[in-house]
Parts: sequence; C-alpha cells; structure tokens
Amino acid sequence: MKKNNLTFYLLLAPVLLWLISLIVLPHIDLFVSSFQFENDDGDMVYSFANYLAFFEDKIYWLTFVKTAFYSIAITALAFAITFPVAFYLSKVVSLKYSGFMTLLLLIPIWVGELVTIYGWMILLSDNGVINQFLMYIGIIKTPINMLYTNFSMTIGLVYMSMLFMIVPIMSALDSLDDSIIEAASDLGASKWTIFTQIIIPYAMPGIASGSIIVFMLIIGDYVAPNILGGKSSLWFTEQIYNEFLATFNWNEGAAFGFMLLFLSSLIIWLALKLSGQKLERVGS
Amino acid sequence: MACTKIKWTKVRKGWFMIRSLPNSTIYKITFRIYISLFYIFLIMPLLTVAILAFNDSNFISLPWNGFTLDWFYINTEERVGLLADENLILSIWTSLQTGFLVAILSTIVGTIAALLFEQENFRFKGLLYFLALSPLVIPGVILGISILISSTIAGNYIETNFGVDIEWLRPSFWLVVIGQFSFGATYVMLLVSARLKKFDRALEEAALSLRASRLQAIWYVTIPYLKPAIIGAFVVAFLISFSNFNTTIFLAGSDPTLPIDLYSRIKFSSTPVLNAVSFLIVTVITLFAVFSLVINRKK
Repeated sequence: MKKNNLTFYLLLAPVLLWLISLIVLPHIDLFVSSFQFENDDGDMVYSFANYLAFFEDKIYWLTFVKTAFYSIAITALAFAITFPVAFYLSKVVSLKYSGFMTLLLLIPIWVGELVTIYGWMILLSDNGVINQFLMYIGIIKTPINMLYTNFSMTIGLVYMSMLFMIVPIMSALDSLDDSIIEAASDLGASKWTIFTQIIIPYAMPGIASGSIIVFMLIIGDYVAPNILGGKSSLWFTEQIYNEFLATFNWNEGAAFGFMLLFLSSLIIWLALKLSGQKLERVGS
Repeated sequence: MACTKIKWTKVRKGWFMIRSLPNSTIYKITFRIYISLFYIFLIMPLLTVAILAFNDSNFISLPWNGFTLDWFYINTEERVGLLADENLILSIWTSLQTGFLVAILSTIVGTIAALLFEQENFRFKGLLYFLALSPLVIPGVILGISILISSTIAGNYIETNFGVDIEWLRPSFWLVVIGQFSFGATYVMLLVSARLKKFDRALEEAALSLRASRLQAIWYVTIPYLKPAIIGAFVVAFLISFSNFNTTIFLAGSDPTLPIDLYSRIKFSSTPVLNAVSFLIVTVITLFAVFSLVINRKK
C-alpha cells in the first residue's frame, strides 16, 4: 500500500477541495448567518430574531406547512401516475419499442424545466390550447380558469419530476426475472398476490429512491410554483427568493433556507427509516 | 397434468401481465390507452410551443393567425426575432460556455471521486461519500444561497484584509460555473461509478505487475475502460448545467444564462420569440436523442 500513497492523495485532494469548499463551508456559513441579525444600532448580533420572524408572521409558516404537505401529496401522485408506465416499459411493451419509448421520456428533462413549464402556461391559460379546444368541440362555453391555481402548479410539478420516478423503478423492475412472475402465475397466484407479493417488494428500492429524488425536486422547486401557481399558491422557496432577491434580507433568507433544508432532510430521513432503505443506495 | 392444463387456461383467459404470458384483450387495450394518454401528456407542452413558434401573431398563445418565420429572424419595431435579439443570443452563448466549463470540471472531479470511492479505503470514507451524494438531497435553492453567502463572506474578508476585490466571488459568470459544478460532479461520480463497479481490477493488477505505476495503470487501463461512461457523464453534466435555474438565479451577475433570461421574459415581457427559442431547444434535443438512439442501435 505504501507506494500507492501518492496516488491516493492525488485522488483525495480534488475531492476534498470540492466537498469542503462547496458543500461543507457554505452550509456552515448558511447556518451561522441565519443567527445573525442587524439590531437597531446597525450592529450585527447573534440572535434568534430571524427564526422568530418565521413564527410571528402567519404567511411564512402557513406556506411552510402547505409546501410540506403538497410536496408529499404530489410525490405520491407522481408515483401513482408513473408506476404503470414504468411497469409497461420494462415488462409489457415489446422490446422493439421500449428503447424508443424510454428515450421519449428523457426529452422533456433535457429540454429543461423553463421551456416545459412555459409550454404548460400556454396550454392552460384562458385563451390557451386546452380551453380553446374544449370550447371548439362545445364542451364549455366560457374558458375555465386553470392557470395560476394549485391545479396548474400541481401539473407542472408532476410533469417536471415524474421522469425521476420512472427511471429508478424501471431499473429495479428490469432486474426482476420474468420467470418468477411466470412461476407464480403457473402456481395459481392471483394478479393481486403477484402485484403485492412480488412486484412491489421487488420495485421497493426503486420506489424509495425515486420518491426521495422527486420529493426533493418538488419541495425545492421555484419555477413551476412561481410561473404556474400565481399568488394564490405560494411555495416556500418563493419566500426564500424574496428574501434574497427582493428585500435583500439575507440573514432571514438564510434562516428560511435552513428551515427548508431541515424539513426536507427530516422527511427524507423518515422515509428512509420507514422503507428500510439507505441513502447510499438512492444514488445507484 | 390435468391440473396444469386448467391453470394454463386460467392464465390464458386471465389478465396478467408480462410479455411472455398471454394477456387478455381488455388488459392490453386498457394499458395501451393509459400509456397513450401519458405520452400525450408528455409531448403536449413541447409540441405546443414548437408549433406556436410559427404563429403569425404578437401574442404567445392562440388564436392561430397563419404561418410565419418572423419570430426567428425579423427585426422591426413591432417584432424582434430570435436571431435579431442580441440579448437572447448573448444569453444562449453564456449558457453554452457555462455548460462546457461545468461539464469539464464536473467530469474531471466526478471521475476522480468515483475512482477514490470505488477503489480506495480510508478513514471517514463513509462520511465523505455521504457529502458527495448530498447534492442529490439538498434543494438547488439551498445550494445557491449557501454558496452565495459563503463566497460573499470570503470576498468581503479578502477585500477588508488585503484590499483586493475578487470579482468572481460576487455573482458573476464564474460563480455560476462554481455553483453548478458543486452538484454536477455528483452526477458524474454516480454515472462513472456505475461502470467502474463492473471493472475487473485484475486488469489493473496486471499493469502494476508489469511495473506500471498506479497512475499509469489508471491512465492507460482504467480510464480507457471508463471512456463511454465519461463521455455520457460529460453530456449529462452539460445538459444539467444548460437547463439549471434554481441554483443559478442566485449566482448570476450581469450576464444571465438562458434559463434566467427566459424566466424574466416569461414573467415580464413575453413575446412569441420565447416560442422560437423553445422550438430551437426542443428540436436540437430531439435530434440529439434520435442520434444517440441510432448510435446505441449500432452497438
């Protein structure tokens, strides 16, 4: 091992530099500055004032709670919508088409969130494609107000995150040998039994890592809630953006950021504990 | 035997489920309808913006007023097309440069991290690996604000103590590159690690026994083996950078990347030139996807 030492340190140095200067130090700074507060004399002092501001103003913690519950619900919705698709692509569709269909899934992600959310804005607006189409075929007389509601925000969040649910579930299902399902079927297992006893347990690591990534993307997203959600559906990230880019109260923004980080870490930790998964496996 | 027969008929008449088993027609049709609806949902926003890029109208949405190419090149008082819009071209150029630099940096450090975590054993390895994965579970907003805060603190410290103003520690082109690199490297590490796991270390040992140094073995044996994954990871890092908004918004200075520029246009001054840009991006990505499919087929 001795002669390998130099190589080891050559490998270690850039990784340490990356992790310490861009991950560890910034988060320490975030944590420290969330406790700094400019008092009436203009001096920076350490206090809990930034966190107190969060609890004193109803809109902050209401938005916080709403964001948490919506994120969990939308993650569940994304799972419900995409699980059949993941199953279809890895087990049902003929192999001839599965490559092409999987690739099609990736296109919206590569195109980027801004463009796809902008597309939904055009689709959902009052004189947008969906309203015009419904009026054209005579189902409705006046446009339905869909844009700038929780509904449009939910569509946007599901759309931008769902691929990250499908891919991990697909890769978990791909390793499930078809002959196991065949064997169960031969032995007379019902579809419900096969589904709950074989498919779901087998897909569980994929479901867990997909849900965690999707949840994190949703709770930390700004574009979909801001462009599609409008005033009636505030998202907690929007409060952080306001603190940093509109009112320039960075310390309070840091406190809000830390609250969000704490919330998302807590929920992910709980999800890992409940599903018996490990973070190390989420990455793979 | 009779028993087996009955069960097979039951399966044939039944419903489930995978390619190799017979499926009922209703099961197949329901599934196909659902999948078709899903793909319509998937394609609709992209198709809509792409088509509306050719709408002869001053508004981003319907009604359809006929075909025009105005929004791609024209430069009049009323309409400024994509090629005539200097700010837009500039932000596309900024995004391309950023993406390229982020991809290079992330690929180098991400690959090194993959080698380190897959092949070496050392104290605190678990902790470091956890940190390297953490950008997956830290919201982009948080990465953005924490890097903004710490670079500002560092910049202020250097300015008061040494009297030097370091520009790239303020929101700027380089700070965006640094910020996007902080999570780009994680994705590269994961993609390269996946291939490195399948690597037969006997090959490296063979090189070592032929008196290659460890670095030579990595450079001449391991890296060539990893090449496909490294190229793939480079592309992924570029695309992640090109479309990032959440982290970039805090770190961008006076030269915004394309997503930042698009965002402010969507919010404050949307014209159909947005559709033209969207059309361009959708087309390039689709061609790229088809290209990668063809390459994979050949293999």
